[in-house]
Order: sequence, then C-alpha cells, then structure tokens
Amino acid sequence: MVHVTIDNKEAFVKEGTTLLEAAGQVHVIIPTLCHFEGLSEYGDCRICMVEVEKEPRLTPACSRLATEGMVVKTNTDRVRRARKLNLELLLANHPYDCLSCVRNQKCDLQRLAYEFGVEKVRFHGSKPDFRVDDTSPSIERDPNLCILCGRCVRTCAEVQGIKAVDFSHRGHAEKVSTAFEENIAKVECVNCGQCILACPVGAIKEHSSIDEVWAALEDPAKHVVVQEAPAVRVALGEEFGMEPGALVGGKMYAALRQLGFDKVFDTNFTADLTIVEEGSELIDRITNGGVLPMITSCSPGWIKYCEHFYPDLLPHLSTCKSPQQMFGALAKTYYAEKAGLDPASIVSVSVMPCTAKKFECVRPEMRSSGYQDVDYVLTTRELASMIRQAGIDFVHERDSEADPLIGTYTGAGTIFGATGGVMEAALRTAYELITKSPPPKLDFKSVRGMEGIKEADVQIGDLSVRVAVAHGLANARKLMDKVRSGEADYHFIEIMTCPGGCVGGGGQPIGVTLKKRMARAKGLYKEDSGMALRKSHENPQVIKLYEEYLGRPLGHRSHELLHTGYRKRKLYDNP
Amino acid sequence: MRILTRNFGKPGSEYIAAYGDYKALKKALSIGPREVISEVEASSMLGRGGAAYPTWLKWEFASKSHDSPKYVVANADEGEPGTFKDKAMLEKDPHRLLEGLAIAGYAIGAAEGFIYTRGEYPHAQKVLARAIAEAEAAGFLGEDILGSGFSFRVRTCTGAGAYICGEETALLESVEGYRGCPRLKPPYPTDSGLRGKPTLINNVETLANIPTIILKGGEWYGRIGDPHSPGTKLMCVSGFVKRPGLYEVDTGTTLAELINEQCGGVVGRFKAALPGGVSTRFIRHLDVSIDVPSLVDVGSLPGTGAVIVLNDTVSMVDAAKNCVKFFADESCGKCTPCREGTHRAYEILDRLSRKEGGPGDIGLLRELHAVMYDTSNCGLGQSALNPVISAIDLFEGEFWPGAGQGGGKHGPCDDR
Repeated sequence: MVHVTIDNKEAFVKEGTTLLEAAGQVHVIIPTLCHFEGLSEYGDCRICMVEVEKEPRLTPACSRLATEGMVVKTNTDRVRRARKLNLELLLANHPYDCLSCVRNQKCDLQRLAYEFGVEKVRFHGSKPDFRVDDTSPSIERDPNLCILCGRCVRTCAEVQGIKAVDFSHRGHAEKVSTAFEENIAKVECVNCGQCILACPVGAIKEHSSIDEVWAALEDPAKHVVVQEAPAVRVALGEEFGMEPGALVGGKMYAALRQLGFDKVFDTNFTADLTIVEEGSELIDRITNGGVLPMITSCSPGWIKYCEHFYPDLLPHLSTCKSPQQMFGALAKTYYAEKAGLDPASIVSVSVMPCTAKKFECVRPEMRSSGYQDVDYVLTTRELASMIRQAGIDFVHERDSEADPLIGTYTGAGTIFGATGGVMEAALRTAYELITKSPPPKLDFKSVRGMEGIKEADVQIGDLSVRVAVAHGLANARKLMDKVRSGEADYHFIEIMTCPGGCVGGGGQPIGVTLKKRMARAKGLYKEDSGMALRKSHENPQVIKLYEEYLGRPLGHRSHELLHTGYRKRKLYDNP
Repeated sequence: MRILTRNFGKPGSEYIAAYGDYKALKKALSIGPREVISEVEASSMLGRGGAAYPTWLKWEFASKSHDSPKYVVANADEGEPGTFKDKAMLEKDPHRLLEGLAIAGYAIGAAEGFIYTRGEYPHAQKVLARAIAEAEAAGFLGEDILGSGFSFRVRTCTGAGAYICGEETALLESVEGYRGCPRLKPPYPTDSGLRGKPTLINNVETLANIPTIILKGGEWYGRIGDPHSPGTKLMCVSGFVKRPGLYEVDTGTTLAELINEQCGGVVGRFKAALPGGVSTRFIRHLDVSIDVPSLVDVGSLPGTGAVIVLNDTVSMVDAAKNCVKFFADESCGKCTPCREGTHRAYEILDRLSRKEGGPGDIGLLRELHAVMYDTSNCGLGQSALNPVISAIDLFEGEFWPGAGQGGGKHGPCDDR
C-alpha cells in the first residue's frame, strides 16, 4: 500500500494507482478530458494537472502513479490558472458553434469551460479549416471541432484493434486522420461508432437520417414501417433522464406511433427468426461436415472487420443476414403481400443502437425484396432527438404494444442485445432441435457477463458443443487468430463488435460506461426471464411465417430472403 | 584544452587509422563496469544535451535496473537552430563516439547500441556507417570484444526531419517506428526505454568525452574548467560575430573571451545573445562564464551550446518571433499547452511585430509562458517561450509600440 495526501486528505492506495484514481477514492474531483474509461492514458490535454510538493512543475494526475509520501494539491491558484488557460487555448482553436452542435450540452469541453469559468477567450487568430468527411453512410468526421484528445484514436486501436484513425501532421497542423487522409468510407473503418461515444466534443457523429425519416412520415403516399433493435429499449430512457437499463419498450412503441409511423414492428421478431435459421445452419454444418466453427453474422461492424482483416475466414461466417436485414426483406415481401401493399410504397425504417447498421442497409446485397430492404437507420440518439422535436413526453407516455405479424418476440429475441445473448438464444433452440426435448435449464449463464472472451462446453444429447463469445473487436481478433491457426476447436462463436454487445453500441446515448452497459444488459435479461415464451422457435408468428410463406428453415425462399454473402476488402482505397 | 576536437585537423581524422586503437575501451574492460561508472562519477561531468544532468547518475540508474536486455542510445538528432557540434563530431571523429558508446554499453550491461542521427545529416551517416564497419573489422565492436566476453553491436537510425525526436522519449518512439511524440515521464528511459527496457540515452558530445575520462581518469577530467560543471564544451557560435563556427573551450571561459578572442568579436554593436540555443533566455552581457551555475545565475542555461549573437540592427520582437516560430513548427502537437501555446504566442508576436497588437498581449505572453512551463509534457513546450519572455524582460520597450503602448519607435530600454 502507498500512502499519499491529496488536498489534506489521507489516501491509502495500492501500488500502481494513479493520482486521479487515488483522488477519486478520497472524493476529490479532478477534471479530465483525454482520460476515458477503459483506455490507456495519453496525458495530452493537460487539464488534470496537479501540484506535487517539491516538484518544479505540475503533473498530470491521470497518468502519474501515486508514490509513498506524495503530497498533492489539486486546488491551488496555480493549478486553477493552468487548467483554465489550457481550456482557453482549446477554445481558441474551437469553433463557437455550440448552439448548432449535435453535442450541445453533452460536450466535455463546454462543461469544463463552464466549470472553470472561462468567460472570455483572449487568444485571437486562426481557426482550423479542415474538410468535413461525410463520405461514410455511418459516420461523419469534422476535424474542425476536434480537440486532439486522442480518445477516438485509442478507442479504435485498443478497444477495436483496428487503428483506422491516428494522428498525422505536427504542431498546430496536427489532426486525426485516416491512412493517406483517405475518406473514411474507403478505409478499414468498420463504422462501429465507438469513436463517437469516446469523442468529448462533436467532432465525430452519426450520418443522420432524421430529415429523410421526417420527410417519409410526412408523405401521404408512403407507408412507413419501423423496427427497433433489442438494445434500444434499455437505453432510450437515458435520453429522457431515466435510469440506465430501464425497460421502455412500451413507451417506445407509443412514441413511434405518435411520431406517425404506420406500423410499429420489432426487430426482436427477426431476432427469433435469425435463431431458427442460424440454429438450423449450425446443425447442418455439424451434421454434414460444413465449415466450423461457425461464427455469428448479426453485427455489421464485425462483418466488415472480417472482410478487411480475415477474408480467408469468411466461410466461417453464418450466411444468415442480421435481424435488421431479415426484417427489411420480409417487410417488403411477406408483410406487403399480407397487407396488400405495393412494396414500392413502403418505407422501412429501423432504430438501432448502432451506426454500422447504416452501412449495412446500403450494402448492394441487401435488396432481396427488389428494393432497398431497409431504407433508413436511426440511432437510439436520433430517435430520442425526433421524440424531443415532436414534443412527446416520453417518460409519461403510456405503454403500447407492437403491431402483430412481424412484431411479436420471445425472451430469446430480446437478449440479442447483450453480449452472449445470440449464443444463449441459439443454444436454447439448438438443444431442442437436436434432442427434441427442452433444455433442462434455459439460462446459459456461462456465456453472460462482461468478460471480453467467454468460453463454454454445452452438452447437447451426445454432442459436447464448444462455444466462445467475444465482444469488442480487439477480443474478436484474439479468437480469430486462434481460428486461423487451427488452434480453436469451437463449434460456434458469437462475435459482437461493441463492448457489452449492442447495449454498448455506437448509436447509444452518449456517456456510456461499463456500469451502464451492465445495467442495460440486466434490463434485457430481466425482460427475458419474465416472458412466457423464451425460445425463438416457439414464437407463434415465426411458426406462422414458415407455414404460410417461407416453407422451412434453410429452404429455397429463406435462402433468397434471409441469407447473404461476403466479400474481401482492402485496408484502404476501397471503391 | 582540446579533448573532443583534438583530431579534427588531422588528415583522414574520420578513419580508424587516425583515431588509433580503442585504448579506453581496453582499459574499461580490464577495470570492470563498477570502476567505469566510478570514473565517470569522479569526473563530475554533466550531460551535454541540454539538461545538464549528471552523467554518472544516469549510468548508475541504468546499471542498477534489473530488467534486460538493456540498450544504450547516442542522441545525434541535433536539430536546434545554430547547433552543429554533433555533426562535426560524427563527421570528423566518429570513433571517439563509438568508443564512448561501447564503454557506456559495457558499464550498464547492454549488448546493443543505437545511434540516432538527424535525417538531414547524410554525410555524417555515411561516415558513421564506415566507422562502425572499421571498428567491427578491428574487433572493437561485435562479438567477444578483445577476448573479454563482452559483445556489443551498434546500429544506426535516421530521423525523418522532426526536431522533437531529439527529446529522448520521442527519439525512442521514432526508433521503434512510431510517430515521434514524447512519452509521459515517469517512467524514465533508464527504467523503461527502448522497447520498454532500461535504456541509457546520452548526447553525442557526452559520449565522446568518455574515452578521455577513462584513459586519463575522472579526477583529471574533473579539474578542467569550472569545478561544478567540469570539462570542455563545444560551442557553436553563430549570428553577428566575425568568425562564426565551432569552438571547444574549457568550462568557466567567459562568453566575452569566446566571442572577442576566439571569434574575432561582434559585428556591429552587441545587443543580446542566446547562450545555449533558442530554448534558453537572452542575456545582455557577455561577461558570464560558460558553466551551468553561472548561466543559471543569469537566468539561462548552457543548453545545446549554441551561442547566437545579435547586434543592434536586430529587433527583439522579430528575434522572439523567429524563435517561437521554430517551436510552433516543431511542436509534436501532442499536448495542449505546447501545440496551442506556441502557435498563439507566434500569432501574438506576429501582430506585435506588425504593430497590430493590443495592450494585453505582453501580459498574456507572460501568462502563457508560466502555464506552458508548468504543464507541457516535455522540454520543448516548457522552454519554448524562454527567448520571448527574456526578450520582454530585457527589452520590454521594444514590445510596447506593437502593443499600442508607449511612444515612438523604440522603447525606453533601447537607449542608444
């Protein structure tokens, strides 16, 4: 143990504790900007500077380790002046466009400037004049707003193991850029949007579809349907001051109807459908000597990652489309037919915790209905914005139900939103499909939780099924390297792009932490445990869909509508 | 006393034939690593790269570090305006450096040494590569040197044009193939340096002194010049002097002696000088001796040994602007105070030089300097405004007209 004194408070901390952590333990708040939960310390913003007795200069609390006997002062004139001037310098190079910024009131720089009373910026001169990169369907980068904290750079490198962005140039010309300053759409960015969650300001945001969706809702000739991913319903409430993990599915349906959607369906329905198809595919691969391990394909960031970095392993990917795209294909075929609608008049909108879904829906393969299957993707944040614009009192909205046909779901569908959820749902169904009897226990707890890589052996009849689950692509990489080397003897792997799975997706409310991801996942598991139907293949409307339209899992029509293929991609200079 | 430049006049001084056997290395191998460090301690030599840190102490830390392998690195990324001493050492007497490097490696227990050379020194790189080959052929570098069991390989690396790579941890990043940005310290390189291993980084001039210290003894060396910072010092003199160039002087020599006697005096009327490169403070008098305590006394530092002399034709506002422009261009961009501060300081000085500044500008520069010194991650930002603030301290009147203060063209300090 190490003893340090911080602002006259005694702290006893473990060796290797930073001054920032030590201060937290004795309830001394040190402001930070480039520090971000889960990332290495970069120590460049120089906001968390503190005074250490007998040292000539201030030191960054985020990266300085506490050592025995250190006497630290965080609230001196010298410290306050230093922090304030560094904030003033950052503001001097930042456009004063707060009122029209997507991160207004959710901006770390704005908050700190307020907290430190920066009322005047005394430095006048050049402002950055960089090109805004809006080439990606998922992500927009505005380097003019960037304060060079490196949170996006470290997130991309450390959480996702990609390094699609890094610093280039030096001095005041420094910026965050892609390889060769290529457009973000042409490089190995997988559109996960974790950088958006990490950005303290508005330099990275989703490519918004709000205007297009409003226009569709206003157009009387259009029939606008909407689907919502499982993880949205445990995070949307946060945008309206509710607790993380609060289950607001009912309010969400009601709000979507208020917004003017003609039909409010649910992605959870096609999550169930995905399990039936994917479970059948797994059994087919195991029994007929197909490529194993089979790997899930629900997470579009992961798909693009695999196409860039593991193109040789693409045959391992399940050919099942993601629930979003299965829904899209069915909305303009099955639903159109049942409802007697011209599919050309249907506008299919999805609400996703995800920015990569925006890229997924414009992939050229995703037109099985003869039209673009999903027209627009809104993130959880964008939906919240529309709800606010529409003057809907979300918190007091009364619970409503999803529309039938493609809106009913089981507990297995809803847990898709948490890491391990797809695996658990698949195991529940596979068990029953293989053994013809229900699993003794529906909860497969060994695949739950926030451990980066989870492994389990599940006994199904005579077969011991080896499974693995990874979330966060840096973790996925570890598994994929084992698959590539032949070291992995798994049958089935679930990979989710984002930490925690979709509950931690790049389209979720700003300010995500491990604690919030856990709370959201808990919300989903709670919903699952309270449901009467908890196995995907028991979803009555899925059964009806096969009876009346698809025939059987992996059948001809399923293949046409619900399955897809993948392609090799380069690391940069993609078309 | 000529220690470092004694071979400079010899024909073919860069060849091993002129340098001779590595006698100091031979002696070092016979007395053992502990004794080598003791000799360096007895010499009381301070590092010649600018920070004036006791050389033996760095060696001691690196030697005591338990992790392995260890590395030694010669910092030859000389990039500050007005410095050219390491270039001369590399081009004219590379074996002195190589021998010093090998002794350092032996003292701390390293088997591999790197020489990181500035990218703009192609000739020095060529000479160095040849010298390494010569030393290997002669058995002074490589496996089992002189039958001692000590093996030491030297590799060279080249910068790509960034001044900041002369900062030791940025240098390490560059050697490892990354962008040259200084690391957070602590940990210091002697604990965690190249590839995370204990690494001793010394300036070229520091290492080039080592063979003499070992051969003649630390005590002998400690008696040269100023007792608190003994030895000789390479001085790069430029600016308004009659004979600019490289000079080796005993520490304790005054700047006046150097400039008036050796450099032939000032061209025109002396106004101010930077005694140790553009990161040090301007001084107005040359009767100061070239040693660490004396220069610290007048608020400056020996720095890199680059003496830049200005005469009365030079505007201090322009001189300050020039200095800060260099740092604004060369800041790595990593930390806020340096990246933004050097740029804004340049903008302010640019406005002052065009008489477009405001009354708050001088105060703002002082405030900026205080925070840049206090919060910048490395020496670049910490000292970038030293010439600016010292110019204001010494010649504030010259800054007033640009800030819309005071009367005529010249301020009160410029009382010619």
